[in-house]
Amino acid sequence: MLNVHDILETIRMIQDECLDIRTITMGVSLLDCIDSDIDKACEKVYDKITRCAQNLVRVGEDIEKEYGIPIINKRLSVTPIAIVSAACNASPVKFALTMEKAAKAVGVNLIGGYSALVQKGFSAGDERLIRSIPEALASTTCVCSSVNIGSTKTGINLDACKLMGGIVRECAERTVDDKCFGAAKLVVFCNAVDDNPFMAGAFHGVGETDCIINVGVSGPGVVRSALSKYPDADITQISDIIKKTAYKITRVGQLVGVTASKRLGVPFGIVDLSLAPTPAVGDSVAHILEEIGLESCGACGTTATLALLNDAVKKGGVMACSRIGGLSGAFIPVSEDAGMIDAAVCGSLSIEKLEAMTAVCSVGLDMIVVPGDTPADVISGLIADEAAIGMVNSKTTAVRVIPAIGMKEGEFLDWGGLFGKGPVMNINKYSPSKFINRGGQIPAPLHSLKN
Amino acid sequence: MRAVITVIGKDTVGILTKVSGICTEYNANVIEVTQSVLQDMFAMIMLVDISKLNKNFTELTDRMSQLGDELGLKIHTMHEEIFNTMHSV
Repeated sequence: MLNVHDILETIRMIQDECLDIRTITMGVSLLDCIDSDIDKACEKVYDKITRCAQNLVRVGEDIEKEYGIPIINKRLSVTPIAIVSAACNASPVKFALTMEKAAKAVGVNLIGGYSALVQKGFSAGDERLIRSIPEALASTTCVCSSVNIGSTKTGINLDACKLMGGIVRECAERTVDDKCFGAAKLVVFCNAVDDNPFMAGAFHGVGETDCIINVGVSGPGVVRSALSKYPDADITQISDIIKKTAYKITRVGQLVGVTASKRLGVPFGIVDLSLAPTPAVGDSVAHILEEIGLESCGACGTTATLALLNDAVKKGGVMACSRIGGLSGAFIPVSEDAGMIDAAVCGSLSIEKLEAMTAVCSVGLDMIVVPGDTPADVISGLIADEAAIGMVNSKTTAVRVIPAIGMKEGEFLDWGGLFGKGPVMNINKYSPSKFINRGGQIPAPLHSLKN
Repeated sequence: MRAVITVIGKDTVGILTKVSGICTEYNANVIEVTQSVLQDMFAMIMLVDISKLNKNFTELTDRMSQLGDELGLKIHTMHEEIFNTMHSV
């Protein structure tokens, strides 16, 4: 039964509090496109992507109009290209160019899956793909890349950590004329998930069905606004308010996912129960933490409030949809969140505090700009630290840092749009070189032995 | 199938007529209307049956937003399913 209060609440959430569906991401398996002839393989990849996704954007736009809910992004994720390209004895960059061409043809804004899974070592094609990432990202605009270098089950591949520190730097160096944007399209994961709808880390896992629809919801502004109506609530009540709000947000994700799946004739995968900020005013995760009672995000108490927020979002969302997956939780990117940017600029938020926050948020160190002279080994050390948090806590963690070539602390890299702008943040420059250069595998923790 | 049309903004002459005129044009049957004018702010919620539309529902939503722009009002036309889904367990 409809009532006026509910109708007006929904409209206010969408119109004034930035409620939206952040992404409908179609996952497409490319396993049937493998061919030792790279040109043939690329042709099959192009045909498969354009066939599966030909109606994705139109269906997304129709749903947007019919339900009156903005769907910000329509995206694609594919099988990790290291697997698809393993049989070809050639540079996999051709696959990136093919992905770009296919993405443009169907009208999506990003395509993920230029990826390799090397948590326990490099197999055929993995190292070749990783070394080609800087060239692939510099020669395309909408292709995203990710590399999984560790997991709770396998431990951490330190050789891959070492390699990725250099690759992140090279991605930034190769795109210096484009504000080092290459590095913003590359994520280094520990415990990467197969059904993540969010970029830049989305890829279509090998255990997934042939083609699938996953949905990522958003709505930090709605949560903050709900909390602002209860300035004197105790912290248990705060958790309940977040749960109720997350339920409503996630229900919309479920509705959109089911509708899109039906219209596209593709199975519905998961809803990612997420709070994903944007640089827009009123769409910030940091501002939720401040609404709970911090003077500025990054203050002592930030980790505790974020842990509560992350947990309540999941508890509220879990009842609202049939299947949950992806990264599910509160994202804490710096450049994409107005409150995080302010906190970093005023000195309240440091990389060290962000690292602590990643133990309790949905993913990891995200969209952080570091000084241009940060050595590759330091980035490798940061990746290893972050992977260790993920490995030990059995959660997904990631590093997406952008070395701002030629810039120093206090300056800004400004990409505009959803990627926002990031202040160059101070990073500890004492060298971890000896540790990183030891190479080998950090063994899996004791609690990985669950069988 | 039903949709909810909400109109919010400054009160002017003939809003209801214009909105219901478009409903007639698209063969959307008006089932229920609640309307209030507080000071000079106009708020109307209209429930319409869209099962016998003579055009696509998305064309109706576009036409309504266009009318909203012309009159300087916010007009949202949304499938009722979003409200049912969001506010019930």
